[in-house]
Amino acid sequence: MSDPILRLEGVCTNIAQYHILQGVELEVPRGQVTMLLGRNGVGKTTTLRTVIGHWRAHKGRVMFDGEDITAKPTPAIARSGVGFVPEDMGIFSDLTVEENMVLAAASGPIDSARLDWVFSAFPPLKTFWSSEAGNLSGGQKQMLSIARAMIEERKLYLIDEPTKGLAPAIVSTMARALKELKAQGASILLVEQNFAVARALGDTANVMDDGRVIWSGAMAKLAGDAELQERLMGLSLEAH
Amino acid sequence: MLQSLLSGDMPRSRILAVILVAILVCLALAPFLFPGVRTVDTAARICVFILLVASYDLLLGYGGIVSFAHTMFFGIGAYGVALALTHMGRGFGPIFVGAGAGAVMAAALALLIGLFSLRVRAIFFAMITLAVASAVAVLVSQMSGLTGGEDGLTFKLPRALGPAFKFGKEALGGELFGVTLNGKLLAYYFVFAGALVLFLMLLRVVNSPFGRVLLAIRENDFRAEAIGYRVVYYRVAATCLSAAVAALAGSLYAVWLRYVGPETTLSMELMIDILLMVVIGGMGTMYGAVIGATLFVLAQNYLQTLMGAASGLVEGVPVLPQLLSADRWLLWLGVLFILSVYFFPTGVVGRLRGGK
Repeated sequence: MSDPILRLEGVCTNIAQYHILQGVELEVPRGQVTMLLGRNGVGKTTTLRTVIGHWRAHKGRVMFDGEDITAKPTPAIARSGVGFVPEDMGIFSDLTVEENMVLAAASGPIDSARLDWVFSAFPPLKTFWSSEAGNLSGGQKQMLSIARAMIEERKLYLIDEPTKGLAPAIVSTMARALKELKAQGASILLVEQNFAVARALGDTANVMDDGRVIWSGAMAKLAGDAELQERLMGLSLEAH
Repeated sequence: MLQSLLSGDMPRSRILAVILVAILVCLALAPFLFPGVRTVDTAARICVFILLVASYDLLLGYGGIVSFAHTMFFGIGAYGVALALTHMGRGFGPIFVGAGAGAVMAAALALLIGLFSLRVRAIFFAMITLAVASAVAVLVSQMSGLTGGEDGLTFKLPRALGPAFKFGKEALGGELFGVTLNGKLLAYYFVFAGALVLFLMLLRVVNSPFGRVLLAIRENDFRAEAIGYRVVYYRVAATCLSAAVAALAGSLYAVWLRYVGPETTLSMELMIDILLMVVIGGMGTMYGAVIGATLFVLAQNYLQTLMGAASGLVEGVPVLPQLLSADRWLLWLGVLFILSVYFFPTGVVGRLRGGK
């Protein structure tokens, strides 16, 4: 098996006086979708934000593509090939959809074939190309948020709850787009509360609790074991 | 052509377009439309303040950075020209040397302040600029041997920009539409052209990819970083550019006034005026600088006169003459600004463009 694209080794992250991550051990294999699961407040978002450099790990190492990025500044991490889709979408609402996309293609002009692919995944973005992003609906804003990460080929995508609060039709669009991204061989670390989406997309799963990864394995195994789900997360996928 | 001149940033409102064209025409033809020392002086001040406010808008409206040192940069440019003309003699060379040196010095100072404070949080920048601006104002007052202290410096402009210089005698009889063709007229157009060119340059900057990144940083700096933009680099670059343009505005002001002093270029009152002009016109629009500066300078110059006239008209009516007394113009100026902020929370331009 090849080296993982991302490896967290005993990562501890504090936010103010709170010890949020307490020795996270995690691997994201290349070309796979790795799910990060767990109840609210167990450190999933903090894990993604520690990888992108928003929060600094005070202990442990974050290895990306063979390089230690623990102390690297966020822009340098992003430029080394990490695309990040935050939970709050983080779109620039005063800018147009086009400007949002152009900014996201930080390494140069947008590749037209890639843009066509993004448009095919998220048709509303083409319709509202010249509109201010602040005027988009919630679902369209989420599409834009993911499209911004997809507009350039990244070595790793960190995606935080892309279907949160969205209507079922939009959730299907999101899941389809992420499947297409996966089909291209992208490496994705995905935080997702919608277990149907998680089951459909995930290759491997990591379940977190209390700032640690308490279980790692194949997504199919977790999806097929209701007792395991109950034990790890206090709920069963069957219910979803 | 117009699209290209305005860098694709059209007014996007018919009323706004009409107002902007009216202001441009009035300023371009001010010496002929409103001949008179006071009116032309007001027009020149409007030109300078449009540029100064636009440079501040680059920082506050586009970069989301609050600075209290903008008058310091303005003053550096003004003193640059004053010192160059005082020590190098009258001529265009010293004007350009002084303006260039002032702009470079302002940018260098902004770089220093920015690198020390913008790395942490933008609020530290505001605090540090306040401290540095106060220190520089005191320094300028104390170094009277060089700066003239509280009295400031009076200097001579090139002959071609002085009232004694006449031109067009043979071709036009020395007059055009009843206006004497002299150096003061040339000085006005020097200020007008300088302000116009620099304003269009700022418009280009904010509509460039650099300007878009600034807007993105203003809205969500972490997200901008997560895309790969070095937020500090962009903030510092915007600060330096803004400082350099403010210094050039100061140079134009010095050329127009033929005088610089701490009160006219470095005071905190002036800083507050700039803030008000940006807010009234509309932050992050550039055209807001045009509207805000025009309204503010006109109010500053003519509200007192208007109120004096209004007070005379309502003589005999109880209370009103006292309320409208010319001495109370500052009170009404304040009321006008409170009302404008209340009714135009996104500034005049924001409102005209259909914002809330």
